[in-house]
Amino acid sequence: MTQVNRLSGGLIDRSQTLSFTFDGKRYRGHGGDTLASALLANGVRLMGRSFKYHRPRGVLSAGSEEPNALVELRTGARQEPNTRATTAELFDGLEAKSQNRWPSLAFDAMAINDRFSAFFTAGFYYKTFMWPAAFWEKLYEPIIRRAAGLGSISLEPDPDSYDKGFMHCDLLVIGAGPAGLSAALTAGRAGARVILADEDYLPGGRLNAETIAVGTQSGSAWAAAVLAELTDLPNVRVMLRTTVIGAFDHGIYGAVERVSDHLAVPPEGKPRQILWRITSKRALLCAGAIERPIAFANNDRPGILLAGALRAYVNRWAAAPARDVVIFGNNDDAHRSAVDLIAKGVHVAAVVDTRARAIARGEYELIAGAQVIGSAGRLGLSRVEVRLASGEIRRIDCGALGVSGGWNPNVHLTCHQRGRPVWREDIAAFVPGPDGPVGLRVAGAAAGLFSTAETLSSGSAAAVAALGDLGISARAARPPETEDAPVAITPFWHVSGGKGRAWLDQQNDVTVKDVKLAHQENFRSVEHLKRYTTLGMATDQGKTSNLGGLAVMAELTGQTIAETGTTIFRPPYTPVALGVLAGRARGKEFRPVRKSPSHRWAEEQGAVFVETGMWLRAQWFPKPGETHWRESVDREVLATRRSVGICDVTTLGKIDVQGSDAAAFLNRIYANGFAKLAVGKVRYGLMLREDGIAMDDGTAARLAQDHFVVTTTTANAVSVYRHMEFARQCLWPDMDVQLISTTESWAQFSVAGPNARRLLQKVVDPEHDLSNAAFPYMACGEITVCGGLRARLFRISFSGELAYEIAVPTRYGDAMIRRLMAAGAEFDVVAYGTEALGVMRIEKGHAAGNELNGTTTARNLGMAQMMSRAKDSIGAVLSEREGLTAPDGLVLVGLRPVDPSQQVLAGAHLMIRGTVANAANDQGYITSAAYSPNLGYSIGLALLRNGAARIGEVIEAVSPLTGLNVEVEVVSPHFIDPEGERLRA
Amino acid sequence: MIINHPLLGPRDAQEFTYLGDAALIERPDGQAEDAARQFYEYLYLRDNPAGKHRELWFHEQGDRSWLVVTRDTLTHEITKVELARDVARARGRGK
Repeated sequence: MTQVNRLSGGLIDRSQTLSFTFDGKRYRGHGGDTLASALLANGVRLMGRSFKYHRPRGVLSAGSEEPNALVELRTGARQEPNTRATTAELFDGLEAKSQNRWPSLAFDAMAINDRFSAFFTAGFYYKTFMWPAAFWEKLYEPIIRRAAGLGSISLEPDPDSYDKGFMHCDLLVIGAGPAGLSAALTAGRAGARVILADEDYLPGGRLNAETIAVGTQSGSAWAAAVLAELTDLPNVRVMLRTTVIGAFDHGIYGAVERVSDHLAVPPEGKPRQILWRITSKRALLCAGAIERPIAFANNDRPGILLAGALRAYVNRWAAAPARDVVIFGNNDDAHRSAVDLIAKGVHVAAVVDTRARAIARGEYELIAGAQVIGSAGRLGLSRVEVRLASGEIRRIDCGALGVSGGWNPNVHLTCHQRGRPVWREDIAAFVPGPDGPVGLRVAGAAAGLFSTAETLSSGSAAAVAALGDLGISARAARPPETEDAPVAITPFWHVSGGKGRAWLDQQNDVTVKDVKLAHQENFRSVEHLKRYTTLGMATDQGKTSNLGGLAVMAELTGQTIAETGTTIFRPPYTPVALGVLAGRARGKEFRPVRKSPSHRWAEEQGAVFVETGMWLRAQWFPKPGETHWRESVDREVLATRRSVGICDVTTLGKIDVQGSDAAAFLNRIYANGFAKLAVGKVRYGLMLREDGIAMDDGTAARLAQDHFVVTTTTANAVSVYRHMEFARQCLWPDMDVQLISTTESWAQFSVAGPNARRLLQKVVDPEHDLSNAAFPYMACGEITVCGGLRARLFRISFSGELAYEIAVPTRYGDAMIRRLMAAGAEFDVVAYGTEALGVMRIEKGHAAGNELNGTTTARNLGMAQMMSRAKDSIGAVLSEREGLTAPDGLVLVGLRPVDPSQQVLAGAHLMIRGTVANAANDQGYITSAAYSPNLGYSIGLALLRNGAARIGEVIEAVSPLTGLNVEVEVVSPHFIDPEGERLRA
Repeated sequence: MIINHPLLGPRDAQEFTYLGDAALIERPDGQAEDAARQFYEYLYLRDNPAGKHRELWFHEQGDRSWLVVTRDTLTHEITKVELARDVARARGRGK
């Protein structure tokens, strides 16, 4: 197929011929083409079907504001829906498909919706799917879900990678049109650190779409020359294919760079896109303006597009949608399109201008004071209907119509922090208000300055002013001679009296009639209008349609456009792929993985690992022949209680506390007393939140008069440290106490079981006496192991056995586990994981995270008598609140099934036998449960109302979710060794 | 957001964690006669101003300083950043 509508000239590379397919059909284009321009050059005007009515649609624009020409690009895992054909750069082998049609773009069965349009008016969903309520889930929602959405996704994992980056600059220039280039040049020459970002792949903005000369060169040649100079300046970074998507606080801007989207596949090692976080001292918005259409009946046929876009296709891409063209506008700029088209040999049948006094700018027929009131052509425009000033109707054959209702400054980013644009009657447009982001200036067409001369001078003037704020002196160069025409426009929003629907928002199929209906049904504020009609929603966010819609509403309410206002603009400026927001944080790379010092050894043992926060911990160590995790866990528990077991407990938080006030400080941090803890002793400590609820527990070991080591649970290591620093810096700033987290400095292992001492004696250097008399339960000390390696030893027990925790510097952790296991061989030592750890602590009745669950107090946990009342510690006062001290409050108890073959289930609620299982009868709930291999049945820990007084009672554990109902006996939570003889052995 | 750390200069807000109202510095005396009422007010009664707000930020990914940041809740403008320790001392807190 030849490029039937390819013209001469343009900024395309004809030496490069690119082959691509659209809906399976093969076409050719050139380097520099977009998919849209290449399709137009090939005579393809029909590019998609509309969202609601499945109306045939073509391109409306030539940029990122495109509402219609949304296509699926690529195939397989790289298939991407809803991509704008107007911004998709053509590459050889590109495969594109139209969307929202079946079986084909030319014949779409769902176009039947168009016939029933009377039903699908504004508020259709709200009105239709109201009743009966039961129909919603089963009938309505599935139907709507199937009908909704345009493109489809591959459902395969994204094969590409995405990066995130950070940049800093003095001046961020957003947009590389005439204003942006002139600003960047001024700032760059002054030596400032400049970033110039533009969403296009060719800098120049509108200069590339115009025939306007700048100085002695064409606009595009001037842009290329400026780019060359900027590229040579080491202090300037030019970022093409980069869209600034949002303006955030304190001069921070988000930008997406499309590194590889113009290639079939990203080059080896390159990301597809990068999300940049740009911290700027000053920023300059030079985002230009977006043309707006005029609504008239059937103004959505393929071939009807914005007059400026038509001009851009002809000038930049040498592609015309058709050879016979009509222009329809309300301003002088529309006439530029006619002149440029004629210069390219396109036949302009007429220029229809709504203004009675319009003047022709070239050799074409001007129909002044007239309006286009309708169009014909099934899958593409073939004729327009014009109502002359006299009221007569004239029909003009044409394949394309360029429409211009004027230009809207691209104020988007100035509103990202709730700034409101201001209406300017003289140019009939909203311009940025004074309340934009701090540090952001606006120049050029984005500021409502539409002539090329004004854009050039405002760009450099704004750069000089921005740098002036920073104390950098810059001089605005004398701008080259160029076009300086004033804006000449008479607002005109929609044509009345045509036959058929007049489209405002082509992406959402919103018509003038829909706005009228919204008005009639009292959805009149712009925000209500938007939600009721969907005007301005979806991928284009109403860039070409919002103003038209609110102008109609203003007309209906009798308000001015200024009074009507706009909806709020929010980031992102254009759609952003979710992948680039995720960056590298995907799958296993979602967050860092922390591995304990014995990780490699545990892997060698075939350990099964579990994620606890970021840590990977060994959960159990399966032995050959063990087919179920319970076999491994039971073995580990029994072997530990019978002889000795070793567990890596490095992940517990460790906080080093030093200073002459260290003891006094801990005395306020913990609910129980610490002031009198002797050197060489460890004590269990319970921390409360200030509201009296238990926050965390652990131990504090006093290594010296002014030196403690505090442990926290694995989960709360970070938050406890933060809390302690808060207390130290904010509450008691003059205490002599210093904190540092040493969690990763020490590898720590629990050695538990009757043979723990005998095992350790083989590792600990002989000068340290480990006898029960010399190193009793709750002793601690700094020792040496393996012939002089410094270590710390704590005689503490989570399992309830004779147990120690031994700590060595982290780099010796791997060696230490191997040495301990070797030394333990004669005792049949086992390594145990977190699962066995959990079983043993439940058997012993130790509270853990399941019990310290953010709702429990010391009283609930059975630790009321441990609390010190003689001091002011964090949480002490409010822990005594009414409600937390009720006599029938929840208390930690143990549970065992009356029938030992039955299972105790965590999460089950406790009911008095024979009562209905409901909230009113609730007696408490099971927090932890495990099978105890020592007892031979399932056991649990529970929080039971008035639990301490109910030992021996048989109650029901119910779980309506699982249908469980088990009779359990309330027992002491200490299932194993309640007297603590083993600990002290 | 950028927080101008009094010791380290401008730092990205991502490095910090947020706690809330700087009034949390004013912890009452737990031994006071009406301690229960004072703690209730301290913990639960907070102003929620539309405008200037003094609040606590912790430089968790940095030097671990607690800061008192004066921020306009409407504009996010930060007008003052102090070390919480200095603020606490100025409010008469010591040991």
